[in-house]
Amino acid sequence: MGEFKMKKDTYILGIETSCDETAVAIVKNGTEIISNIVASQIESHKRFGGVVPEIASRHHVEQMTIVLEEAFQESNLNWKDIDAIAVTEGPGLVGALLIGVNAAKALAFAKQKPLIGVHHIAGHIYANRLEKEFQFPLLALIVSGGHTELVLMKEHGRYELIGETRDDAAGEAYDKVARMLELPYPGGPHIDRLASEGEASIDLPRAWLEDDSYDFSFSGLKSAVINTIHNAKQRGESLKKEDIAASFQASVIDVLTTKTVKAAKNYHVKQVIVAGGVAANKGLRTALTEKFAETDIPLLVPPLRLCTDNAAMIAAAGTISYEQGKRSGMDLNANPSLLLK
Amino acid sequence: MYILSIDTSNQSLGVAIMKNDIVIGEVITNIAKNHSVRLMPAIDELMKEVNITPEQLEKIVVAKGPGSYTGVRIGLTTAKTLAWALNIPVVGVSSLEALAYQGRFSQALVCPFFDARRGLVFTGVYQWKEGKLSLVREETNMLMEDLLQSFLEQNQEVLFLSPDIDKHAENIKGKLGDLAIIPENTFQIANPSHLALASTNYEADHTHSLTPNYLRLAEAEANWLKSQKETK
Ligand SMILES: [Zn+2]
Repeated sequence: MGEFKMKKDTYILGIETSCDETAVAIVKNGTEIISNIVASQIESHKRFGGVVPEIASRHHVEQMTIVLEEAFQESNLNWKDIDAIAVTEGPGLVGALLIGVNAAKALAFAKQKPLIGVHHIAGHIYANRLEKEFQFPLLALIVSGGHTELVLMKEHGRYELIGETRDDAAGEAYDKVARMLELPYPGGPHIDRLASEGEASIDLPRAWLEDDSYDFSFSGLKSAVINTIHNAKQRGESLKKEDIAASFQASVIDVLTTKTVKAAKNYHVKQVIVAGGVAANKGLRTALTEKFAETDIPLLVPPLRLCTDNAAMIAAAGTISYEQGKRSGMDLNANPSLLLK
Repeated sequence: MYILSIDTSNQSLGVAIMKNDIVIGEVITNIAKNHSVRLMPAIDELMKEVNITPEQLEKIVVAKGPGSYTGVRIGLTTAKTLAWALNIPVVGVSSLEALAYQGRFSQALVCPFFDARRGLVFTGVYQWKEGKLSLVREETNMLMEDLLQSFLEQNQEVLFLSPDIDKHAENIKGKLGDLAIIPENTFQIANPSHLALASTNYEADHTHSLTPNYLRLAEAEANWLKSQKETK
């Protein structure tokens, strides 16, 4: 008894437009989704076999206020409830980022609310906090079309990059191999599905790099897949697509899981979290789950809907910045190569 | 009624605040710098200078292009979001039309244009008659050479207005001679207050569906817009 201190709830409105989804969400106290609207453009980019930046930007400008309105209506909140506006400032496609950043600035100005720029990957990491509270130190494996990174966190809002890809991101390698196998865009889910039906019978390389390195490299693997397909054709043999997919995926997953487990042990982390679009990959989820079951380190994998780009994750990461007093000015800009700090 | 006008569709950045038809503040810069970084601070500072708060605004007017795709989107996103958040109307005005207001007292045909690279220009033909501006030839994206040829055939005086005039003046004079009227550079960029004036001829746009006046569509974009219209 006797504790009369009232702690007001914090509501952050998040905006994300770094690639091909226009997304707005409202999150309570950094942990609870109040509304989470994502307008995906995937159907529009499919025919091009990838995201076309100019078209992505055109869609964002058309969708922005519609998605804002939906997110607001679904929340049943008033503007006076909103404490701050958080927005992805980078990295991503500059023309796409600009729409979110300028919308966020206009909102912050119109409603006289604090503005907070958020790193996209910090968002992916904080998607997990919408499921379970963090325990530090924690290790985050981020795998997406643009990223393959291992990030160590000793406290909220501080990120230490301990490993990253030296060439292609894992998701990029998936898309390229999918194109070779003539699978529709986006290729990742198709490879994942084919892999589950095939056998990893083809010997493909694993890029371990230096002994003490947590960096990744996938371009050699990609070339090996091209050569394998090419050589088989030359010999008049036909390889099963399922087996190619399974062998490719086995190589990617082997490197990702081995390095993640090693880093987790070396840094004595209390938690490992997986983030980014490729975290939706079933093969990867299963392999990581099995490997970490052999350790006593808990593994957190977000539900599928929080793996892909959304604004709830931006609001969640923005909540921490808000609580730590970090603010952006009206001169906030899109930064396509923003570093995670 | 307080009106905020925004133009970031080309190199110049313009913001104006009007009280009905009176300009109470206007800022124009004409330097090659980032609109995304500078637009909101420019609005913020001008509003403070003239002592107006966001809630006092009753209408937003924006230059919707043609021009730089990115610049147009920065202006439109800002204008649409402000209008939505403040629950006030927004009106998009063609950037060419706003520029044509610099020819208010000319009897000639008015040809505002923006350089669109590779010999192309975004342009339209306007004319002032009895204090009213009318569009006499649709805005389009065309070759400067074809545009000048059409004026030559028409054999009528034409007033040229463009922030890119220096690049084209010699060519225009060479082709059209005395038919071409090219005023001093101070007339060659649009005033954001003219946007507000032009907007009085239009109904408010629907905030969600106000889109840029790109005047140039990639084929894929054209297809996409068509499919959008079909679903509406
Ligand atoms: Zn992402």
